[in-house]
Amino acid sequence: MMSLKIFVPCDTTALALGADKVAAEIAAEAAERGAAVEVVRNGSRGLFWLEPLVEVETAEGRVAYGPVAVRDVKELFDAGLLSGGQEHPLCQGLTEQIPYLAKQQRLTFARAGITDPLSLEDYQAHDGFKGLRKALQSSPQAIVDEVKASGLRGRGGAAFPTGIKWQTVLDAQPDGEQTQKYIVCNADEGDSGTFADRMVMEADPYMLIEGMTIAGLAVGADQGYIYLRSEYPVAHRILDQAIEKAEAAGFLGENILGSGRTFRLEVRLGAGAYICGEETSLLESLEGKRGLVRAKPPLPALVGLFGQPTVVNNVLSLAAVPFILAEGGQAYADYGMGRSRGTLPMQLAGNIERGGLIELAFGMSLRELMEEFGGGTASGRPIRAVQVGGPLGAYLPESQWDTPLDYEAFSAVGAVLGHGGVVVFDDTVDMSEQARFSMEFCVEESCGKCTPCRIGSTRGVEVIDRIRNGERPEQNLELLGDLCDTMEFGSLCAMGGMTPYPVRSALTHFPEDFNPQGREADHG
Amino acid sequence: MVEYFNPKADPNKDYGTPASLSQTLVTLNIDGVEVSVPEGTSVLRAAALADINIPKLCASDNLEAFGSCRLCAVQIEGRRGYPASCTTPVEQGMQVTTQNDKLGKLRRNIMELYISDHPLDCLTCPANGNCELQDMAGAVGLREVRYGFDGENHLSAPKDESNPYFTFDPSKCIVCSRCVRACEEVQGTFALTIQGRGFDSKVAAGQDQPFLESDCVSCGACVQSCPTATLMENNVIEQGQPEHSVVTTCAYCGVGCSFKAEMKGDQVIRMVPYKGGEANHGHSCVKGRFAFGYATHKDRITEPMIRDSIDQPWRAVSWQEALEFAADRIKAVQAKYGRESVGGITSSRCTNEETYLVQKLIRAGFGNNNTDTCARVCHSPTGYGLKTTLGESAGTQTFDSVMQADLIMVIGANPTDAHPVFGSLARRRLRQGAKLIVADPRDIDLLNTPHLGESHHLPLRPGTNVALINALAHVVITEGLEDRAFIESRCEPEAYQQWREFISEARNSPEASESITGVPAAKVREAARLYASVPNAAIYYGLGVTEHSQGSTMVMGIANLAMATGNLGREGVGVNPLRGQNNVQGSCDMGSFPHELPGYQHVADDAVRQRFEQAWGVQLDDEPGLRIPNMFDAAIEGTFKALYVQGEDIAQSDPNTQHVEAALGSLECLVVQDIFLNETAKFAHVLLPGASFLEKNGTFTNAERRINRVRKVMPPLAGMEDWQVTQALSNALGYPMNYSHPSEIMDEIASLTPTFTGVSYDKLEQLGSIQWPCNEQHPDGTPIMHVEDFPIGKGHFAITEYVATEERASRRFPLLLTTGRILSQYNVGAQTRRTDNQVWHDEDVLEIHPHDAEERGINDGDWLGISSRAGETVMRAQVSERMQPGVVYTTFHHPGSGANVITTDNSDWATNCPEYKVTAVQVEKVTQPSHWQQRYRSFNEQQQTLLRAGRRRSAEPH
Repeated sequence: MMSLKIFVPCDTTALALGADKVAAEIAAEAAERGAAVEVVRNGSRGLFWLEPLVEVETAEGRVAYGPVAVRDVKELFDAGLLSGGQEHPLCQGLTEQIPYLAKQQRLTFARAGITDPLSLEDYQAHDGFKGLRKALQSSPQAIVDEVKASGLRGRGGAAFPTGIKWQTVLDAQPDGEQTQKYIVCNADEGDSGTFADRMVMEADPYMLIEGMTIAGLAVGADQGYIYLRSEYPVAHRILDQAIEKAEAAGFLGENILGSGRTFRLEVRLGAGAYICGEETSLLESLEGKRGLVRAKPPLPALVGLFGQPTVVNNVLSLAAVPFILAEGGQAYADYGMGRSRGTLPMQLAGNIERGGLIELAFGMSLRELMEEFGGGTASGRPIRAVQVGGPLGAYLPESQWDTPLDYEAFSAVGAVLGHGGVVVFDDTVDMSEQARFSMEFCVEESCGKCTPCRIGSTRGVEVIDRIRNGERPEQNLELLGDLCDTMEFGSLCAMGGMTPYPVRSALTHFPEDFNPQGREADHG
Repeated sequence: MVEYFNPKADPNKDYGTPASLSQTLVTLNIDGVEVSVPEGTSVLRAAALADINIPKLCASDNLEAFGSCRLCAVQIEGRRGYPASCTTPVEQGMQVTTQNDKLGKLRRNIMELYISDHPLDCLTCPANGNCELQDMAGAVGLREVRYGFDGENHLSAPKDESNPYFTFDPSKCIVCSRCVRACEEVQGTFALTIQGRGFDSKVAAGQDQPFLESDCVSCGACVQSCPTATLMENNVIEQGQPEHSVVTTCAYCGVGCSFKAEMKGDQVIRMVPYKGGEANHGHSCVKGRFAFGYATHKDRITEPMIRDSIDQPWRAVSWQEALEFAADRIKAVQAKYGRESVGGITSSRCTNEETYLVQKLIRAGFGNNNTDTCARVCHSPTGYGLKTTLGESAGTQTFDSVMQADLIMVIGANPTDAHPVFGSLARRRLRQGAKLIVADPRDIDLLNTPHLGESHHLPLRPGTNVALINALAHVVITEGLEDRAFIESRCEPEAYQQWREFISEARNSPEASESITGVPAAKVREAARLYASVPNAAIYYGLGVTEHSQGSTMVMGIANLAMATGNLGREGVGVNPLRGQNNVQGSCDMGSFPHELPGYQHVADDAVRQRFEQAWGVQLDDEPGLRIPNMFDAAIEGTFKALYVQGEDIAQSDPNTQHVEAALGSLECLVVQDIFLNETAKFAHVLLPGASFLEKNGTFTNAERRINRVRKVMPPLAGMEDWQVTQALSNALGYPMNYSHPSEIMDEIASLTPTFTGVSYDKLEQLGSIQWPCNEQHPDGTPIMHVEDFPIGKGHFAITEYVATEERASRRFPLLLTTGRILSQYNVGAQTRRTDNQVWHDEDVLEIHPHDAEERGINDGDWLGISSRAGETVMRAQVSERMQPGVVYTTFHHPGSGANVITTDNSDWATNCPEYKVTAVQVEKVTQPSHWQQRYRSFNEQQQTLLRAGRRRSAEPH
């Protein structure tokens, strides 16, 4: 008799919510009842408000239950869990039909939560390594052309066209054809409210491995590094195992799939500095030095890791590549709007009823995202502000919530999409405190190389404190404005350069919060 | 208007980023001015070349662009934002704006941030008047600091005053990282770092230690690079900013660094390495940079003194009386013992002109060729060996040539200690990826260069150099790695064939010599293949090559290897002796040796002698005179009775001290001209005050044959420059000399020396420096020698049979002692011991391998008796892994340590250069100083008392 598959995610969010105990309880309960059950530890679907999301395989498809606590397990069994019974209030119906998931356009996260992250069979059964096989039959230029055709732009936040970056590295040959080149994956996911990179690595690591291998084939690099933040121990374990398995199975390492081509991959851990998500300080850190930002030019594409031409891409950029190669650049470019092609995995967090990952083609509005998917705030109070694009992203007031999710449209309102993190605040938020926090974050995380960021952020906190205390508000507001200009125009990298974004947006859209009386009145 | 800017920039201006060496010119427009500069130049530098001076703080043209201060922001048409001009390379057609309201405001606001964390004590700050931060605040028009001064700051950070020469005051630091970058990029020590991040970023030495306890070698690069008063010379803190400066040449090692002596009146405030110096390009070491205080030390001899015998007190007398006293005695000796009974020793510390005059006085005034110089005891084998093989007694390259080398082979030299500025340059090249081979018994610091790539250490036994070099050449020839085209076109075929047969013999193979050198054959083969296979391989060697019984043989062996592989006659290759003293090359060039007139012209050559006789108006002896060791022997025999020694301390520096002392004690007249009562002067009858390098005009010639000007920055303490003293002595002796300036002496040298015919003070002023030969064929001098052919036509392969030294380890003396120099002290220490360099090394110690120490029950700091067949002395032990078992090491910087009491009178077969590097010794724990040391102490005390008795005044610092 085939045993019944029950899926309990092994993703960090699910684990944090007790998934291990739930899995153990399910196995124990099944054993007690003499049921043949195989508990599969899949990745997360990204419906975090339902985690731990337990799924049961049925002929109609997987039936979802969530959020499941250990104490619910016996009850669920009683309510017909093993046959996909839909009576229990925790039952969400067929997973694929949960609106939150059904309404998404999942290209990058197509396999997330469906497969066992470390199963090569699962991966291949769901189109895995199709892109790699195609790449192995293509010329480097043809691969680069396909990526260019997809319109893919860097998902780390800078939105630089990936294909053009790859072209630069492909063409860079300072030491002739023997030039050592590198592929570096930026997995130092440190933006507040973001988790898409982690989900890729925990739910579908082979996709990242495949994407990096294709990048290596495209530009002529035989060595790749994944620079992973040390705060992701689960991803670390999964990646290491996945690399080992992929290598053993001939998808990675020497003579990939008998092609004679080589690509080796290693995971390197960061040391807890946000600034090491900036590509040049990431390279410094990877070289074993202090995480200090480098001036550009030279671009890392020409003078990167250990001074060699290097592709530095975000996890999501590299993860999009297998699809692009497998289905063709046009298939990817068919999604999206304007110059923002393909899909963007948004990460909904903060004070929100239904937090999670939402992969959609560019073009949907922020309001739809927060209301249709997010279901409003968790506190039940009205949404007042939303920060998009991490701690350096602007706060958007309600007047801007209809802005479509599109790089250019966001830029036009002085905001950024960044890495797709969305953090929601209700009407109890004090926006002057948030502005202060932005400066404080910069104080904490500045590498200290350039003056505007090193000294400016500390002065920023002090000036905002004075404003909040009502000290010479007019002069200090002017000074804060000047400081924001100095940091934006003068800083060496986006750390100092973008810290003014949240500060200015808070000042512009929520000026009343900077007035001590106003603050008292509103939030007393 | 298109202007082309001469890349030879003004050394007194900081252009912000280093010059690009590209040949391709790029034209851009900066503030409406068309500027053409080499590709790769930064916008900042291009602007500076056009005298458009963009504000900057973190940029300096001896450091790679860093882009941290952001003051040099500009606007570039078609580009977003405000790129830093230091990190932005020029592009064809670029349109750059360096000044407008937006840029002005941005810079002012950045400056406002800087000053919000900086003390407002400009008027009482040591950098006042010479502070880049102050200048930039002025340039951007900062008028207020709206942030106030009660925010977070570093104003109470404590000072680090551990270093004797400079103070680190972090309260003034702007974290521009220039000091950290200078320590890395210029000096290559990596002692400094930025600790912490963000606002907490701060400069730290080592593991946040005091400077003195860190890896800092006190080269001064950080102090020089600091744009504020954070790293500041104590002299400036105590005395204020200098008011004028004079460019001159350092008087320490053979690198010949150019310095700006920054002065207040006739007082040196600080020595700042001069960017226009071709040997050092603005870098320095702890000696040249800081250790100049000896020049005004109270021990300076400031008045002439005489005495009838050495047990009498000195008598201070007038110059005239002293000179007449000396002349009378020399004449009397010659009358009694014959013309050959007197001689002189020239100084490798003094100028070319002074050296020339001393040998002229001896040859023309004394009427014999009894002249010698300290090169006898250091690089005389270089002269002999290179002249025999390549035809010229000098190194073949410029220092800068090392930047083209793919492989650097260092034999018997320790450049990071003894030639530190060249050591830093070599390290820079090693960091760029050049490979390194070190043949040395010790694990020298160059092998521990940070970011060093491939390196090979061949730790040979002392005294086995020739066996090693033969083995290397054997591999080259027998494995067919030689450069046939070079050999055929450039070398004598017959000599080559003979050498080829000789070197191919199995007894010269690495396998056969392994038991002699102790270096595994496989390592030798690997090194030889590497040396022969790279495009450019350069050899640098020091006294570890020359100071051996086969010193000359080894020099020839090195030349053979270079010729066999075609590593001569272009940039990046060559045979380069690292010369010990500031003017040892010059003293050899100037005819100091008994057999050679200036320019290495042999005294037996009639045509040569006739020219000199005509110019000097006397008849010259056609027989070579006595070498230093011959003088000592003759003195003890009783045939040599008077000696004139200028700026040389043979009693401390020459081997077998007890033999030297016996010789000096036998003289009837010893005239010593020196700045201190040195060890030799304690045996003297006439003490003529010398002038330090700061007190005279002249030239020094460094190890790359570079003639550099020495310029007087203060009057001689005793009233006369050394050349004037020699001239006066000559006149007193009845041989007239009548020069009014050293330039006239140089003109005479040029007229008599074929390799110097184009040299004059005018040309030196024009060109800055000249590398000889400088003549009709090479009017601007010769940076790289032997490009077309050798001075002897074809290169000569010399047979280099290995002959073991007689000085070998035995049951009685089972260890081999080798001697050398350390960074902070210089030679006999007469100068450096009279400075704060003493904090690093106030006594000589014996380095011994842990194995040898354990066998003898020796611990760090134990008193050790060291005995050889020549004598005994006592020093403290330093147990060190740098040594190989069986080999011990010491320095000879302190006279009381008696290092040369142990060294023997074994010497090079060709030149009598002493075998300092190999002395068989035994070492044991003792409880009291040796007999010699006890005797030395009482003799020294006696002589100091006799000096005090005669002194009328001492040279108190002004």
